Amino acid sequence: MTESLPINYLTYPRGLRCWLLTLDHKRIGVMYLVSVAAALVLGLLFALLMRTELIAPGRTIMGEDTYNRVFTVHGAVMIFLVVIPGIPAVLGNFFLPLMLGAKDVAFPRLNLASLYLWWIGALFLLLTLAFGGLDTGWTFYTPYSTSTNTNVLAAVTGVFILGFSSIFTALNFIVSIHTLRPPGMTWRRMPLFLWGLYATGLIQVLATPVLGITLLLLAIERILGLGIFDSTLGGDPVLFQHFFWFYAHPAVYIVILPGMGIISEVIPVFSRKPIFGYRFIAYSSVAIALIGFLVWGHHMFVAGQSVLASTIFSALTFLVAIPSAVKVFNWLATMYKGSIELAAPMIYALIFLFLFGIGGLTGLFLGTLSVNVPLHNTHFVVAHFHYVIIGGAVIAFLAGLHYWWPKMFGRMYNQTWARISALLIFVAFNMTFFPLFIMGARGLVRRYYDYSAFLGTNPEFTLYNQLATIGGYLLVTGLVSMATCLISSLWTGRPAPANPWNAPGLEWQCSSPPPPENPPPPAQVGDPYDFSQLAVPATL
Amino acid sequence: MIGCWSNAVSIGSVVIAGADLQRESFWLPPPASSTAPAVDSAFLLLLGISTFFFALIVLLGLWFAIRYRRRPETGPLPSPSHNTALEVLWLVIPLGIVGVIFYHGFSGYLQLRTIPRQAYEIEVVARKWSWLFSYPNGHKDENLHVPVDKPVRLVMRSEDVIHGLFIPAMRVQMDVVPGRYTRAWFRATKPGEYNLWCSQYCGTKHFDMRALVIVHRPGEFETWLADAAKARETLSPVERGRELYRINGCWSCHSIDGTAGTGPTFKGLFGREVQFQDGTSSVVDENYIRQSILDPQAKVVRGYQPVMNTYRGILSDEEISALIAFIKSLQ
Repeated sequence: MTESLPINYLTYPRGLRCWLLTLDHKRIGVMYLVSVAAALVLGLLFALLMRTELIAPGRTIMGEDTYNRVFTVHGAVMIFLVVIPGIPAVLGNFFLPLMLGAKDVAFPRLNLASLYLWWIGALFLLLTLAFGGLDTGWTFYTPYSTSTNTNVLAAVTGVFILGFSSIFTALNFIVSIHTLRPPGMTWRRMPLFLWGLYATGLIQVLATPVLGITLLLLAIERILGLGIFDSTLGGDPVLFQHFFWFYAHPAVYIVILPGMGIISEVIPVFSRKPIFGYRFIAYSSVAIALIGFLVWGHHMFVAGQSVLASTIFSALTFLVAIPSAVKVFNWLATMYKGSIELAAPMIYALIFLFLFGIGGLTGLFLGTLSVNVPLHNTHFVVAHFHYVIIGGAVIAFLAGLHYWWPKMFGRMYNQTWARISALLIFVAFNMTFFPLFIMGARGLVRRYYDYSAFLGTNPEFTLYNQLATIGGYLLVTGLVSMATCLISSLWTGRPAPANPWNAPGLEWQCSSPPPPENPPPPAQVGDPYDFSQLAVPATL
Repeated sequence: MIGCWSNAVSIGSVVIAGADLQRESFWLPPPASSTAPAVDSAFLLLLGISTFFFALIVLLGLWFAIRYRRRPETGPLPSPSHNTALEVLWLVIPLGIVGVIFYHGFSGYLQLRTIPRQAYEIEVVARKWSWLFSYPNGHKDENLHVPVDKPVRLVMRSEDVIHGLFIPAMRVQMDVVPGRYTRAWFRATKPGEYNLWCSQYCGTKHFDMRALVIVHRPGEFETWLADAAKARETLSPVERGRELYRINGCWSCHSIDGTAGTGPTFKGLFGREVQFQDGTSSVVDENYIRQSILDPQAKVVRGYQPVMNTYRGILSDEEISALIAFIKSLQ
């Protein structure tokens, strides 16, 4: 490193053993960051294999069985190892105690246990790859998953264990927020990132056990031949879908709510203004968490579900869109008459507004009963959820990572490089996923290995697929550039001051990187969005 | 009142989309069923509303980012940190708008799901990885033939995993679930050929599990059906076997031209010696073919996966004999 940093949590105490047995939430956050990033690389590798296969109609680089395994592993790794733990386990772990002025989370040992469970769960998913692969899609629909001869059991065991990792983190956050808030930090003066994590925690604790039970039932059916989901044994295959989506739809909000929390932190700081409509943003997180439990049936409009059930689920789905819309308007109102600095975190926040806007609005198409019928199971759905999950959650994660990086690692990264990487990611992402909306609306079914049969009526599909594939390569290039910029700052970046953005949050009070022991909170904590005492930093 | 307003919005969105419902739109396939306009009008309504709000978000974001960019001399301008009236307003307006969208989608959905009582019924069977359509006179076909301008009811079941019947041009999609019947209907409005896909992931040949929807001109459907049924009665065993090979979807795994598939090719199969997974081998004769149809996992040829379902209860002895005759003929 160019200049040595003061004693901090990264350098003291030294040694691998001290890292692996640490109870420090900051170290656990960093280990989660490295682990999730490694899983992301794996997921991206499978994404590129898939996109490469689709660059031309017919067989390109793999057979149909391999392709089915590739998209399954891509989905399972990205959902269960990357985006669900992503923001809470990395940025939540690192910053929740600092934002509370607490010494650590409420249960530090449980926190370390959650990381070990993540590793064990990830190991099982890797074992799946080594022994037979998995070809069910990440949704494990029965009776396909009870009849395929790929390694469903190893994968299900992995996801089951990962569920507990997720529950442990959530439990920790909920209890920490209830018990460890410093004097003066009432529920109405809590940073909105913490509101996001709190709402997320509620979903994780309440919904994840349902996934665990469902997968256990699936395993019991496969091993013991008990009829639960398999109609030949007297079970009901659609019951699995109800159970699965009862978890997996709220899981979307597990992914997006912490991201919305990050955006609510970044936009005020780079606009030098208090967040507009604090209460509406805070309560809308809880509203999303609660209503989010009641919309799972919108995945089953064409599954044979009754018209009445579909109608109710559609109405509730529209209701859950409202709190998200409120947040977007409040973020825009925060920027109004501000003093806006387009630093890298703010650029990511604006990209979030653009991409999540498309992701959210296309969700309305799929929630509309009649329009869902020709769009269900097409590439339109694939495009929609990638706009929500990458355009929303992953971009918000990158906003948070660039915002808090100086605090986490004590180094400033190159702003120009980071901004150019963000723009490349933005352009490439749209190039990859927008063509999927068009092809989906024109009828291209998802999870299709080959689209040759469509070319008679839709010869343009080859071009759209080529755009998507080239976009995919550019997107990965952008991500590599972004990561190189951040990582190289560890050696070449200038040391970060304690509060480089002049932000009012409590997490910026300690030195960068934080000392091994978190400093105690001030006697009285003020408004987390009070900029009146802070100078506006010069433009970067 | 709601309907009136949604019509006004529809017209607005049509202008944005640059298309009306009779012409081809950029987004959706050319409509070919009586219910398609209801779906398409809801789609265009949504497209209009989404385009408006998306443009609003992006333009405001860009405008603020430029207009209120940080300048060295000035900090943020004084502005309120909340405004309950305004916030309630932008909670209530979207609520009203999604109410209109919901209603539009709901009324269209009722049309899609309310099957006319006098509809012509066709039984649909889905299995890995082919479709079978059975007509009231007993004729079975691997493609879906329908008369134009007559409502057709599809009563569907699956023999293995969940499949999905998806005809984009008709705006029809419904899962086909083992252990229960699901139904769909449509009234085709334009004669011609359309694609029918499997939309629910079902394994190796999911992408290849397709059929044609052939919409016959007025009067021609009945002629086609009568001729097809008559032709079946006069078939030789080999021809009968060829037809069974076609309608039972054997072709989706077993080729007749020697190319490798999910299962061994039928070309030159009869009389050949094959190696099994357990190391034994046998000459393919009548008994081996019969056993492989009724108990497919008993002797699996080396290099292939044990993925075939049994045809016990599906094919009669007479039909199995016809299939054997057909396989014998492929030398």
